[in-house]
Amino acid sequence: MRKVKAVRDTGILFGRLMRHILRSPDTVITTVLMPLAFMLLFVYVFGGAIDTGTGNYVNYTLPGVLLIAIASGVSYTAFRLFTDVRGGMFSRFYAMPVTRSSVLWAHVLTSLAANAVTIAVLILIALLMGFRSDAGVFSWLAAAGILLLFTLALTWLAVIPGLTAKSVDGASAFSYPLVFLPFISSAFVPTATMPAAVRVFAENQPVTSIVNALRALLDSAPVGNEIGIALAWCAGIAAAAYAFAQRAYRRVG
Amino acid sequence: MNDVAISVKGLRKSFKDVEVLKGVDFEVKQGEIFALLGANGAGKTTIIKILSTLLRADGGIAGVCGFDVSRQSAKVRESISLTGQFAAVDGVLTGRENLRLIARLRGIAAPKLTADRLLERFGLTEAADRRADTYSGGMTRRLDIAMSLVGTPPVIFLDEPTTGLDPKARLEVWETVKTLADSGQAILLTTQYLEEAEQLADRIAILHGGKIIAIGTLDELKRLFPPAREEYIIKQPTLEDIFLAITGEKEAEQCVR
Ligand SMILES: Nc1ncnc2c1ncn2[C@@H]1O[C@H](COP(=O)(O)OP(=O)(O)O)[C@@H](O)[C@H]1O
Ligand SMILES: [Mg+2]
Repeated sequence: MRKVKAVRDTGILFGRLMRHILRSPDTVITTVLMPLAFMLLFVYVFGGAIDTGTGNYVNYTLPGVLLIAIASGVSYTAFRLFTDVRGGMFSRFYAMPVTRSSVLWAHVLTSLAANAVTIAVLILIALLMGFRSDAGVFSWLAAAGILLLFTLALTWLAVIPGLTAKSVDGASAFSYPLVFLPFISSAFVPTATMPAAVRVFAENQPVTSIVNALRALLDSAPVGNEIGIALAWCAGIAAAAYAFAQRAYRRVG
Repeated sequence: MNDVAISVKGLRKSFKDVEVLKGVDFEVKQGEIFALLGANGAGKTTIIKILSTLLRADGGIAGVCGFDVSRQSAKVRESISLTGQFAAVDGVLTGRENLRLIARLRGIAAPKLTADRLLERFGLTEAADRRADTYSGGMTRRLDIAMSLVGTPPVIFLDEPTTGLDPKARLEVWETVKTLADSGQAILLTTQYLEEAEQLADRIAILHGGKIIAIGTLDELKRLFPPAREEYIIKQPTLEDIFLAITGEKEAEQCVR
């Protein structure tokens, strides 16, 4: 009975937030445009000069572009949370017979849904630009699973500033370094050409293993243990961020 | 016993080492409008937050409709509605959608009808399908109060319902609150304005220094203090009268145009 109520409340609040997204098309457009600009830049400007050892540079950049999209997309999750906390909507819901966890989960699910749409749009545009994949259903599902887990991890990360920030800018500032992370990884250029210190960082940060795993899955190449490392990073970040987010959530009055 | 809607006994609350509530006692009966009068920082919002289960007291007993706010918080939340010090409406949604959202969350059978009725009652029918962030201060506050009335909870909290509103909007809200009195719901409202308490409340409690220092009807409170001297003066229009007269004309002009 209580579970049914929780699901119902989450559904109603999720519908409310999806309406927010539909009514501010600029947030949808920006989340697609910025990564798209990077993709165009890399494919049509830098692409010719970068030797990736593979034929299709659109294929090469796509995973990194998707991660940038998610990293910037979750800043809107933080923004929506901040607005709800500061605007008193959270207090309004808490003082009502509404399942408390539903209030937060609605934001998390909205983040997953919004980012899924952004990613689908970017993949469609990539197809027009020459992205080709002969991956089977299983590989696609695995890639989708990694992207979902990555989104979930960054969403829980976004929840923390969303609940605790003192200003709007503070709420979304956390995403800038995340957006930057793919540039110091294997996302756009092979790490082999980087200076030693940068290379050590690039090869051991989460984006590289996630990008390599996605690339291998979509190109039907052997995935090796990259996928394990990628999943471990995502799960680790998700678990740690979840713990801190729940702590912050308990403190919100 | 059964006609007591809110009961507060020896309520204490400190923030770090600042003792805000030092043993607050009062009772609000069903169907009564009760004003908690206190200066800025007296602890009015703190009391409202404790009663609406948003904050834990350090000591004392607080009950709503016979339910303890800390041990039976779910039951309390079913019995109350909170209109916080700052209006909490969803600016992206329309007025109608805001009301329907609350109605659906409260599990009301006919959310659409409930919304329509409240829009009508609060004079928001024309603005119903406009985004709430385009509303004036008074309209926002009326929508805010309307949202609290969804599902007719027996106890209503109004925390400084007119603070920050211009005089015209304040009168609008006063009219609204006066109509609530007929519904039989208990209303606990807080205010820093003597006049507001005087205008709206059946009984008034004055919160000062962390305690209730006086409680009673307006007449009872008047009797507590030295009798008023009778004086004959020529009544000058107050600034409020002047302001209302001028802005009223302005609006009339706009309508004609
Ligand atoms: N979360 C808090 N942390 C620390 N101090 C607080 C907090 N909330 C309120 N206070 C302090 O408690 C006192 C009473 O606050 P409040 O209940 O908001 O007063 P009122 O609503 O009567 O203006 C104020 O001095 C305020 O600074
Ligand atoms: Mg206050």
